[in-house]
Formats: sequence, structure tokens, C-alpha cells
Amino acid sequence: MNAALTNLLYLVTIVTFVLALRFLSSPKRARQGNLLGAAGMLLAIAVTLAQDGLENFSWIAVAMAIGAVVGVVGARSVKMTAMPQMVALFNGVGGGAVALIALAEFHNLAREAGGLAGEESVSILLSALIGSISFSGSLVAFAKLQELLSGRPIVYPRQQYVNGAILLVALTLGIAIIAGAEGDALVVGLILAAAVFGVLFVLPIGGADMPVVISLLNAFTGLAASAAGFLLHNNVLIVAGALVGASGTLLTLLMGRAMNRSIANVLFGAFGSVQATTAAAAGADGRSVRSTSPEDLAIMLSYARRVVFVPGYGLAVAQAQHDVRALAELLEAKGVGVLYGIHPVAGRMPGHMNVLLAEANVPYDQLKEMDEINPELAQTDVVVILGANDVVNPAARTDPSSPIYGMPIIEADRSANVVVVKRSLSPGFAGIDNPLFYDPKTSMLFADAKQALEQVALAVKKL
Amino acid sequence: MDSLLVFELTILVLSIFLGIEVISKVPTMLHTPLMSGTNAIHGIVLVGAILVAGRGGGDTLTRVVGFCAVVLATANVVGGFVVTDRMLEMFKIRGPRKPDS
Repeated sequence: MNAALTNLLYLVTIVTFVLALRFLSSPKRARQGNLLGAAGMLLAIAVTLAQDGLENFSWIAVAMAIGAVVGVVGARSVKMTAMPQMVALFNGVGGGAVALIALAEFHNLAREAGGLAGEESVSILLSALIGSISFSGSLVAFAKLQELLSGRPIVYPRQQYVNGAILLVALTLGIAIIAGAEGDALVVGLILAAAVFGVLFVLPIGGADMPVVISLLNAFTGLAASAAGFLLHNNVLIVAGALVGASGTLLTLLMGRAMNRSIANVLFGAFGSVQATTAAAAGADGRSVRSTSPEDLAIMLSYARRVVFVPGYGLAVAQAQHDVRALAELLEAKGVGVLYGIHPVAGRMPGHMNVLLAEANVPYDQLKEMDEINPELAQTDVVVILGANDVVNPAARTDPSSPIYGMPIIEADRSANVVVVKRSLSPGFAGIDNPLFYDPKTSMLFADAKQALEQVALAVKKL
Repeated sequence: MDSLLVFELTILVLSIFLGIEVISKVPTMLHTPLMSGTNAIHGIVLVGAILVAGRGGGDTLTRVVGFCAVVLATANVVGGFVVTDRMLEMFKIRGPRKPDS
């Protein structure tokens, strides 16, 4: 196949990718769009395999078979609650592939032409560096989300300096490559240094900040793919990588805005590692909380006109998404209006709660974004908070000394009644005290979200 | 700096602008499928991995590294599209409901 035809067919692939993203603007056509993108991908792979002069078909076929089996089995067997770590993992392997491409291509070019052109060496530096950081960083994010590692920030003294020094080592090796130094060890060293940096870079970032990190690593892999496109002079890699890079960057900024924190603060602030002491002190000042029972809650909900559920990561942990939908249906049968208020950073990745509730067959027209639900809350009878904490903390609005002051929240305290379903009074991930729990109109239901919802649903049925 | 590089930079910059335009229209509700869908799209590095692994006259190192790159990239592509499809399948408006799984 000649180069012009190849690039023309790659253009078709590019169009399907853009349409796949375009169709994501509405849930109605999103699935079609994804299938279209997959078809475009298949075309690109077929075109690539039909290139003149391509060898080693048996190796490639075996490798693709292994990869496909791993991909399908992984993607089919994963539970919806484990989706964030799966996305992190697939993101990481993409980054790893780019780093390996850079290594193989460096080895080849150095051997064949007796030297690299300037832009090729820059592309090798960028794809090896970013790809490798994305690979190891995503694996650490995976380990944190899978709870193989603690979700709390892992910090040690002089962390920034150590990270900086390692990055400097990687960059020095990269500059040596650009300056024309030879030897595969240079690229191997660059990849290893970048991998160590990726690990150390994600370790100090806490679980609740994962939406930002996952988005950022997503952008990294995209940019690495673009860099590989420059290396191989391949348009479809450049464009697809740029689309992903733009998407990841945009999501990163959105998540940062939803937390009212700069990206630098999220990445280097080790949030949640310092507030633990203040939170411990705050619980002991004699404020009282009101607790309630599943039966009382059932009565309150059944006689409400409108109930809003506010889910958080606790709902995913308890795997209670089906139970909340079951309760909502019982309430709707009694004529209660039910909505869900979803904070942009609830959960562990952008849009996490929406996917979780969609899995439980909650119709998406009931899922309301923060800006949509807030004006409705003053006319709401009961807000039920399920495993969320910081995203409903009124201190963000009222207490300038709070670490989350200024963060946009779901204003649960504006509704007539608030019920918090929570296992204990312990503060949320960030260790920040939540005055909402002590508000006179708040009652606490101390229980596991899943059990609590089952009991409430049972009580509603008996009414 | 040759004209091919300038041409490729042009494509890169225009694609970034296109990406920002298209992606800013994706609603918050679909941000997880967006991440997972873009994840699948960067699986396009499989094309690069195949080109490297199948390069004529490559030596053992190229083949082994290329082999690993193809495995990783294929897992990325296949896993990415399958996971995204599973997610998007679940988004529906009010209608007949499936029994609990």
C-alpha cells in the first residue's frame, strides 16, 4: 500500500475518532459513537498491517492475541465500582507502549542511519519521558484505587527535592540523546528514571484527589502518543494523541475548579496529611448530633414531596447503588419526586457517580449536576447524603479558615431536612470537620449505606 | 527545521483546538465514558507499535521490545473500547427496566 493511500485511510480513522467524541455530547448517540471509533481503529490497524516491507507477522499476531485476550477479559470482568482503577490501568499500558516504541525506534535509527535528526531525538525524549511517567504513575493510581496501597498521601521529608532530582536525571539523559550521544542504555536509563519519578509523583496524592490525577495521566498518555507520532511521522498518532491530550487537560482543569484548588496544589500539596490533628480536636467540643432510625427515615421520606439523594465515594465502597434505586422507586410509587445531586468531584474519577447510578438503571434525567440541583434544594423536603462528606460541607461557604473554603458544594443545608447515612462520625478523607453533621435539622443514620437503604426500603414497604 | 516538521506541528495545534471544541460539549454526566473513550483512542499507539515491531531487518532487541509494545497497546485498545461500551450501554432514559443483576 503506498503512502498516500495509507494516509488517506488514516484520515478516515481520524474522522471516526472526532465523531466518537462528538457523539459523546449526548447519552443517546454516545454508544454508537464509541462503536464508530472502534471501527475506525480497526481500519487503522488493518491499514498498518498492510504496509509494504512489514515483517515478523507471526510475532505481531501472537502479541495482538495476548493483548486482546487480556483486554477483553479485564474489561468484561471488572465491576462497575472498580471502573476508576480499570481506566487507570488501561491508561498506563498505553503510556508503557509509547515508552517502548521510543526505545525500539532509538535503537533502530541509531543503527541504520548512524545518527538521529534533531526533531527525532526530541520526539524520543518526549515519548520516552511522558510515556514512562504515565505508565508508572497510572500503576500507582491503580494500586491506590484497588487499595493495594493506602489511599492516604504517602509523604517523606524533602519529597519535592528528591522528585526534582530524579526528573533532572531523566532530563539530563534526554539532553545527552539530543546532543547525539549513543547507546541504548541512555534511553533505558531515561525510561527508568521517568518511571521512578512517576511513582514518586503519584504516591503523595490522596484518594480524594484521584479525579485530578487520573485526568492528568490521561492527558500525558495522549501527549506521549502525539510525540510518538512525530517520531514515526504518522498523522493519525499525532491527531489522536492531541485529541486525548486536550480532553485530559480540560478534565484536569475542570476537576481543579470543582475543588477550588490549583492543579499545583493538588499535585504537590499532599492534601489531607496535615489536617488530621485539627479534626481530632474538633469532635470533642460538646456539640451534639441527632441520630435517627431506618423506620423514622422511612416515614420522613414517604411523606416528603421531594427527596434528593447526594451520593459520594462511600456509596461506591458499599456497592449500594442498586439499593438506592430500589428505594427511589418505592418512593416514586408513593408520589415522591426523587432526584440525585451529583458533585463533579464525588467519587474517584470525573463522572464516577453517574456511571455507578446508571449501572443501577437510574434514568439519567434524574441525575442533576451541582449547579442544577442547588437552586432546587430550598424547595426540597429531605436531602439524603450517602457516603459523601466534603462535597456537602457548608464550611466551604462559611468558614474562611477551612482548607476547603471556597470550594463549590452541594448546598444540602438549604433543604428542610438533612439525613446523613454514614458509618461513624469520623471526618472525611481530607480530615476536615463537617458542621453539617451538627446542624439542628440534620439527623445521622449510623450504618453501612447498603444495609441502611435495605432497611429503609423494607420499612417504606410496610407503611 | 524542515517543512515536514512544520506541517506536523500545524496538524498538532489544529487538533488540540478541535479537541477542546469537541470535548467542551461533553456533559459532566458522561465524563467517565469520555475518559475511558479517550483512553481507547490513545490505543492508536498500537499502529506505532506494529510499525516498530514489524520493521524489516530489525534485530532481536527491536523484536522483543516491539512485541511487548504490541501486547500493551492491544490491551489498551481492546480493553478501552469494551469498557466504554459497557458503560455507555447503561445510560438510558426512563423506560423498561431490566431485572436486578
